[in-house]
Amino acid sequence: MELAFIIEKFALVTVIFLISLTVAAYSTLAERKIAGYLQDRVGPNRAGPGGMFQPLADGLKMFFKEEIIPTDSSKALFILGPSLALLTSLIGSAVIPWGESIQIADRLVSLQIADVNVGILYIFGVVSLGVYGIMIGGWASNNKFSLMGAIRAASQSISYEIPMGLSIIALLMATNTLSMKEIAEQQHGMNWNIFYQPLGFIIFLVCSFAETNRTPFDLPECETELVGGYHTEYSGFKMGAFMFAEYLNMFLASAVMSTLYFGGYNYPGMDWVNSMLGPLFGPLIGMGVLLVKIFAFIFFFMWVRWTVPRFRYDQLMNLGWKVLIPLAIANIVITGIVITIFDKL
Amino acid sequence: MEPLSNRKKVLEQKPMDFWERLYLPAIFQGMGVTFRHMFKKKETIFYPEVEREFSENWRGMHSLKRDEQGRERCTACGLCALSCPAEAITMIAAERQKGEEELYREEKYAAVYEINMLRCIFCGLCEEACPKEAIYLDGPIVPADYLRKDFIYGKDKLVEEPFNV
Repeated sequence: MELAFIIEKFALVTVIFLISLTVAAYSTLAERKIAGYLQDRVGPNRAGPGGMFQPLADGLKMFFKEEIIPTDSSKALFILGPSLALLTSLIGSAVIPWGESIQIADRLVSLQIADVNVGILYIFGVVSLGVYGIMIGGWASNNKFSLMGAIRAASQSISYEIPMGLSIIALLMATNTLSMKEIAEQQHGMNWNIFYQPLGFIIFLVCSFAETNRTPFDLPECETELVGGYHTEYSGFKMGAFMFAEYLNMFLASAVMSTLYFGGYNYPGMDWVNSMLGPLFGPLIGMGVLLVKIFAFIFFFMWVRWTVPRFRYDQLMNLGWKVLIPLAIANIVITGIVITIFDKL
Repeated sequence: MEPLSNRKKVLEQKPMDFWERLYLPAIFQGMGVTFRHMFKKKETIFYPEVEREFSENWRGMHSLKRDEQGRERCTACGLCALSCPAEAITMIAAERQKGEEELYREEKYAAVYEINMLRCIFCGLCEEACPKEAIYLDGPIVPADYLRKDFIYGKDKLVEEPFNV
């Protein structure tokens, strides 16, 4: 029993890990392809059919490049920065429910690595930790541009975590639970939270753009002002780790948004599909649906990146503190009133 | 004062209203524009496989021409070198010997004729200056190379292939 449990979790962790890495690697290709198509170009198309092996080539390039550690940097912290960024972006996906439990030979296997009953808080903790990688890396580089990028990342992420948390409070009022699994189960079929929390979703979406340091909020690595921002001094694989962490963060943010607001693995007509395919393949279809939703969000992230210009720093702060926080509080009040009215009826 | 053309546009500089300060409508409008571009015809020309068509007066690599009987037209008068604003052309003249009448049209010819392709700006002034119609910039793009010395093209690369009569 115990051994089976360990094997099961180990297999699940491996599969999720591999999926995350593959998605992150191919996001780099997708980003360049989408950028190309949005700008009337075709993007990378030389490595393999349609550029399919471009991520491998990029990875190899990162491995074989010379790694430079500046003499005046704090060496241990310089290495810790990208490692922490990569680590935090990888452990976030542990509480995402990837599907309903599947049945393998009268044994119910949960498709969630850890059903933490405060899953949302866990995600928030991990996301806030992510900025430490950037801060440490930027500070340890002993470079003014890096330091500016790190400071920007810190203040931006503090500013946008508040409206993000407030928008989640309204969601929690509607769902009455902090567990990702229960939130996903409540959205069975087409009963998605986006229909109850449209304003909350928009706030959460904007904040997740800021948390993942994507355009229009990519001020920490703003090339036009800060050369490369927090990773100015990084080269080779450490630079790759920072880039990889950004794409993993995007994958995680997409997974969280799909689970919280767009029904996770739920889709209309899932009961019928499950009864047709049985308890093994039915939930796997659900997992595929979740991945499709995640890919749609990743596409949205990239689409926005190649459309919207970067915000100025004061505009970023104005938007965070003067627009999003009041909106999020208003959303909580409205949600409270509506819930009270419906309870009284 | 009366404007000379009617193309002047007066820009309104009023403060943003509520919808503009929301940014979202403008962002969605912009995203619509970029999304439409996804399905437009791509402008990319896949260079090594497909080559862009050049215009008729496009100036590429130089070629030293031959006349109808396959003799080199260049008389090493040096007008091309003189006209060259980048000083890319050098040459050493030589006198035609007996028995070389099939090779060179006039009594004097260029024994060495070199163009430094890194200096050349492809202005076409040598082509205009030449009184003997001996040099034309009608070749392909000058290919890339690794060493500076390999960009100095001599007669072996510049002179037209002899006719196969």
